[in-house]
Amino acid sequence: MQTFRFELGELPPEAEALRAEVREFLRQELGDAAPVRRAHSWGGFDREFSKKMGARGWIAMTWPKRYGGHERSALERYVVLEEMLAAGAPVSAHWIADRQSGPLLLRFGTEAQRQKFLPAIARGELSFAIGMSEPDSGSDLASLRTRAERVPGGYRVNGTKVWTSNAHLADYMIATFRTSHDPAKKHEGLSQFLVDTKLPGITMSPIIDLAGSHHFNMVVFEDAFVPEDMRVGEEGAGWKQVTTELAFERSGPERYLSSFALLLELIREVSKDPGERAAATVGRLVAHLATLRQMSLSVALMLQAGENPNLEAAVVKDVGTTFEQEVPEVVHALLGVEPTIDTGSDLQQVLGFLMQRAPSFSLRGGTREILRGIIARGLGLR
Amino acid sequence: MNELRTILGDVVTRLFTDLVTKDLLESAETGAWPEALWQAVEENGLTLPLVPESKGGAGGSWGDAFVVARAAGRHAVPLPIVETIVGSWLLSTSGLDVPSGPLTIAPVHREDRLRLARAGSGWRLGGTAARVPWGRAAGHVVVTEAEGRMMVALVARGAGQVKTDQNLAREPRDTVVFDAAPVVAAAPAGRGISAPAVSLYGALVRSAQMAGGLDYLLRQASQYATERRQFGKPIGSFQVIQQNLAVLAGHTAAAGTAAANAFRAADRGDAAFEIAVAKVRVGEAAGIGASIAHQVHGAIGFTYEHALQFATRRLWSWRAEFGGEGEWAAELGRAVAERGADALWPHLTAR
Repeated sequence: MQTFRFELGELPPEAEALRAEVREFLRQELGDAAPVRRAHSWGGFDREFSKKMGARGWIAMTWPKRYGGHERSALERYVVLEEMLAAGAPVSAHWIADRQSGPLLLRFGTEAQRQKFLPAIARGELSFAIGMSEPDSGSDLASLRTRAERVPGGYRVNGTKVWTSNAHLADYMIATFRTSHDPAKKHEGLSQFLVDTKLPGITMSPIIDLAGSHHFNMVVFEDAFVPEDMRVGEEGAGWKQVTTELAFERSGPERYLSSFALLLELIREVSKDPGERAAATVGRLVAHLATLRQMSLSVALMLQAGENPNLEAAVVKDVGTTFEQEVPEVVHALLGVEPTIDTGSDLQQVLGFLMQRAPSFSLRGGTREILRGIIARGLGLR
Repeated sequence: MNELRTILGDVVTRLFTDLVTKDLLESAETGAWPEALWQAVEENGLTLPLVPESKGGAGGSWGDAFVVARAAGRHAVPLPIVETIVGSWLLSTSGLDVPSGPLTIAPVHREDRLRLARAGSGWRLGGTAARVPWGRAAGHVVVTEAEGRMMVALVARGAGQVKTDQNLAREPRDTVVFDAAPVVAAAPAGRGISAPAVSLYGALVRSAQMAGGLDYLLRQASQYATERRQFGKPIGSFQVIQQNLAVLAGHTAAAGTAAANAFRAADRGDAAFEIAVAKVRVGEAAGIGASIAHQVHGAIGFTYEHALQFATRRLWSWRAEFGGEGEWAAELGRAVAERGADALWPHLTAR
């Protein structure tokens, strides 16, 4: 029985050469950005930064050139990603489109959709949001109820999406709607659409997170008209496409680096006078981090080889988010400093930010319980 | 994995599956030396992966050694295979001949001091080495300083006075007192062999064995969960059991990756960072993994009758041998702190 494989591999020389270039770019762009800003990691939204990334050719790196891509390897993309995340670069204006919306269009979109959207995404000019969850459909995504009814020339949409990150900033949303209803077959009858966030009939309202920040939204559709040519893929093929999209979402280095900024602050603090306990605490976290990087890299290498490491990606996300969530707890246990919002030391502020952000790590992109269910299926238990 | 390594993996798995039976494991726990198994292991060339072919070895790499060590852990093989792998590597790297038969390595504890002194045209060894794996049954490969440089020496089995002891899995862990013991051969340590080489490479091979032990736990516990029925269905159909086994899977995957990475680093040369990472990460996985595997098995897994304990008792011992997680984590942490926070990411990505 071989349930999963984590083969080690090497990044090719061209990927490593790129790393130096990316680091120099980040040094210039981020300079002496405050640690707490870096701690936002892929939460930071900065269109100017995204356009610079686009100009460098670091968005859409693996896509065909005819769609504005750069036909580079998935491993070169991986290096850019992990460097961005380790530095806490504000990638969120292009991140979703680069990671999942673009690849989805490449795979299932029409030629016209690809021509229209992909080059603009590649330039860092088009920002995307994801419309999946609904008030009554979270982990049970297939139960979603927002309806898209056929009308002449397109669809009329009614319903509500929630937790839609950055929908208030994004230009488009890839949304999954119900196009036919058979209670016995809830996985069928779903379809995906490209939705212009400025369409009439769409009302957005902020959902403020526990720390007082606005990135989530509630998006209400009231007789919003979506043209036929904005449907992505076949009508009714939405479930298969959504699961493909979620696989893109689960496999990257963003699933273990979210608390990296805090680990750096901890090391800065401990370096002053590393006692045995502090050294052991840092060493243990670094052992976890170093191992996760190899696991994540292993998934990237499998993707590059054209394999389908869905199980491995779920394992990395589960182990990775457990680590990310543990870092603030470990820092608290060792140092006991009070987490703060915008006063106190860098360490305190980064701790304050991540302490409040950490609960989301094992919710976004599939809850811990859903992922462990996927892993259990891989073990032959279900 | 390359093709030869896949073949090697098949060979060891078949050999251990056939020969390392429950009866053999129980017999070994009473102190019996499984000679037939040793012969088979030696004949299949599994004990000298790092010794050049010209010296009677397999002329392979640490990557090959990983395959053997992990399988030895998976099957709880009651022999000093990994100790022989490290010992023979120390000898051949230092230009010494490798004897046939089992070898062990010393000192296991860094604070144990062994003294090598010239005597006529040869050398003699003095000092006490505690917790030496199979100290009673194997030749001793010793790394110690003499005359201002690191030396590797071979001392024959029986040349020291042995006070027998054992670990939780009843594997021999003997105290060996060398009183001007005759040295078969000694030479300046070969390239890359430093003062803590025994604890470093001991930690390396224990990591692989533990990764193998975790492989066994995951397979065995998943299997049991599909067979054992309660409340009218297999216990593996309960989400709480599934979730726990998924956690075990995560630790098993992390352990296998960390150990494999350390062996790859050993093939490159300086592996101190990766070995420390592996001993810390795998050791932590071992504790959590043993706990989950036992919980899934319920009372039957707590019996001597059930084979689960052959793995879990080894994991509980192995994680403490050649430095526990705390010791290695502190060493790792000090090195990281010394390089400074800004060096962490460049260091990680450069390796």
